[in-house]
Amino acid sequence: MATAPENRSGSSGREGAVDTDPALPPTAVDEAVRESEDSKWTPGKIALWAAISLLGGVAWFMLAIVRGETVNAIWFVFASVCTYLIGYRFYSKVIERFITKPDDRRATPAEYKADGKDYVRTDRNVLFGHHFAAIAGAGPLVGPVIAAQMGYLPGTIWIIVGVVLAGAVQDYLVMFFSMRRGGRSLGQMAREELGVIGGTAALVATLLIMVIIVAILALVVVNALGESPWGVFSVGMTIPIALFMGVYLRYLRPGKVMEVSIIGFVLLMAAIIGGGIVAETPWGADIFTLDKVTIAWGLIVYGFIAAILPVWLLLAPRDYLSTFMKIGVIVMLALAIIVVRPEINVPAFSEFASRENGPVFPGALFPFLFVTIACGALSGFHALISSGTTPKLIEKERQTRFIGYGGMLMESFVAIMALVAAISIDRGLYFAMNAPAALTGGSVETAATWVNSLGLAGVNITPELLAETARNVGEQSVVSRTGGAPTLAVGLAHIMQQFIGGTAMMSFWYHFAIMFEALFILTAVDAGTRVARFMLQDSIGNFVPKFKEASWRPGAWLCTAIMVGAWGAVLLMGVTDPLGGINTLFPLFGIANQLLAAIALSVCLAIVAKRGTFKYLWIVALPLAFAAVVTITASYQKIFSPTPAVGYFANNAAFSKALADGKTEFGTAKTVAAMEAVVRNTAIQGWLSVIFVVLSIIVIAMAVLATVKAFRNRGTGTEKDNEDPALPSRVFAPAGLIPTAAERELMAEWEKVPANLRFERAGHH
Amino acid sequence: MSAGLAVLSSGFRGFARYLSGVLGADAYAKYLEHHRASGHSGPPLTEREFWRDRTDRQDANPQGRCC
Repeated sequence: MATAPENRSGSSGREGAVDTDPALPPTAVDEAVRESEDSKWTPGKIALWAAISLLGGVAWFMLAIVRGETVNAIWFVFASVCTYLIGYRFYSKVIERFITKPDDRRATPAEYKADGKDYVRTDRNVLFGHHFAAIAGAGPLVGPVIAAQMGYLPGTIWIIVGVVLAGAVQDYLVMFFSMRRGGRSLGQMAREELGVIGGTAALVATLLIMVIIVAILALVVVNALGESPWGVFSVGMTIPIALFMGVYLRYLRPGKVMEVSIIGFVLLMAAIIGGGIVAETPWGADIFTLDKVTIAWGLIVYGFIAAILPVWLLLAPRDYLSTFMKIGVIVMLALAIIVVRPEINVPAFSEFASRENGPVFPGALFPFLFVTIACGALSGFHALISSGTTPKLIEKERQTRFIGYGGMLMESFVAIMALVAAISIDRGLYFAMNAPAALTGGSVETAATWVNSLGLAGVNITPELLAETARNVGEQSVVSRTGGAPTLAVGLAHIMQQFIGGTAMMSFWYHFAIMFEALFILTAVDAGTRVARFMLQDSIGNFVPKFKEASWRPGAWLCTAIMVGAWGAVLLMGVTDPLGGINTLFPLFGIANQLLAAIALSVCLAIVAKRGTFKYLWIVALPLAFAAVVTITASYQKIFSPTPAVGYFANNAAFSKALADGKTEFGTAKTVAAMEAVVRNTAIQGWLSVIFVVLSIIVIAMAVLATVKAFRNRGTGTEKDNEDPALPSRVFAPAGLIPTAAERELMAEWEKVPANLRFERAGHH
Repeated sequence: MSAGLAVLSSGFRGFARYLSGVLGADAYAKYLEHHRASGHSGPPLTEREFWRDRTDRQDANPQGRCC
């Protein structure tokens, strides 16, 4: 096979042909061969895709059309997996063909910037796992649980369809464009593509959004650990375990990552079992039963210390532990759902789907369902991971579809499993757990009375069931354990005990679930604080250059304190909020995350337009428009809605008026101090919404302007290309999970190349 | 029986190798490979130095973890 410089019509022409080394086999499968392989439909292939479509269709029919008493959880698995396969095989290929147009003859940053450290060519399957572990955390485990208030179908449709048309598209495009730019971050790309105003707005928005996201993730942990000595002990033990692992890796046996991860995992399991024993003892219950405010302060102090400690001591080892758990838990959960196949008796659309006063989160299905479920369907935070880290490790350009698009599909599947786990528990129990204490009254009797008064079809819960559930999972109470994590943990314990261990193991599984969620969140809190601190240092550094020096301690500490102070304030606000905290703040989390997605998609829109691809611009414009409409509508309602439960300022006005009228209690706030807290909180939340939405509108407007300008200039060649120059590749690797026939042929050819020719030898850059 | 066991053990080893790749446990091996292939004149970092350098560089370049 020769590397004849065939017609490169498929690639955006202006980058020019890349001359690969004629002494080497081709570094890319010949266009024509790949095309014919792709478009040749053998009977086997047709039968396979017909079967996948049929199974997917039947599964969707079972979920969406058939209205039986119950629906089996296995249909969720089939509907999602079949839709993902079809989306991956067909839609992502459309994106590849018409928008990204990867060229495997070009070297990736991992090749032309190879340094053996940050830029390292990584096997595609390994990188897939690595990228997945970096993007998936507690988000997809929490949002779907909270959204289950509306019934299972709205959430299921949004998670599955949203990921195929929006979330995975964003991740893939951001990853690809960052890779073409040497692994530049989203912030840097925004500045390059959208100019100073757009870039600055994107930077400020990203910083604020990170504060909100970290605060609300921390709130989830606080809610899960409040009044739970078992949880506090076992999650607290992760800190000494991580410190031990850090010292082990630094001084005792450097580099033995696998070994220390297994040791850490065993210690973690011991901490969970030990937590059960400790919580039983009087002294253990005494020391570790903490109220939420104490835990919140503990988390704030922890967050500050963790962010200024060296990475090797705490962050790196906990990251190993977290990755280890992530993969284990997800495999386990998938197996359990497939083996146990729980029957779901939650209706497709619940009574709250058509109302806007749901107890778990307020607001109508549109737009609030779409912001409640962010991670798993469309998560802007991913753009920060998909740019920067992963692109520096990609071996071949074509692999971005598998890693970027495929990795996000995988996260979506996690969200589906979390949804299944949450809806497999009794519906009455679900509402008793997820409604704020202001509504349930906090005791099993009041909670049962309140839930039964909701008039939900088929719901009749007894105080005994609530008490028994708490006993089974080893907690004092499950009433008003909001935040999603405890519900997921009960659901997971419910499924897992049928798989392994029976009722006796339920308390272990419950705390196992709490433990891994806390582990993911603590890692995200720590890493998020660090990233935000660096962004702040960098921004201040534009005015006071000294701040740019990462090693300047006072600057680093001051910026860390500012960031921790910011998220800590929001966290405390959520913990002490008389209205319940998570249900008023969670929409803000979703809106923030989706606005970040809108910013990332705006950057992609501008890039795609500048590359001259106008015919298929809708592929980016569609999710961007949807994200923009959803978040701007949600923000608008949060700011202007006259319904106090929905609008922050309406609530603010109602409470201010009550105070002015001299009332000493109003709604769920029973004291004047509580009423004043509501006034303060709603004002802060309201103004945060205003700032977010204004910043995002600026970024979107800048992107639309850049797109229009690119359209006017099309064909003139005046649009500046910010890609790194194309350099010839000297390696080959297949694009997807399973190599195609042509790829295998080429791999065999590369096998024959002497080793000394195979890698670029001049490694000095 | 023994053939089945061999398949099982090689499958397990493959999985362990994959997991260590995902965790990044093979970073030093990859660094050595890069060092050899790129023909540097100086000796490579020792394993201890490499891992120190790796985590210390993360101090200066924090990487986000997602929600």
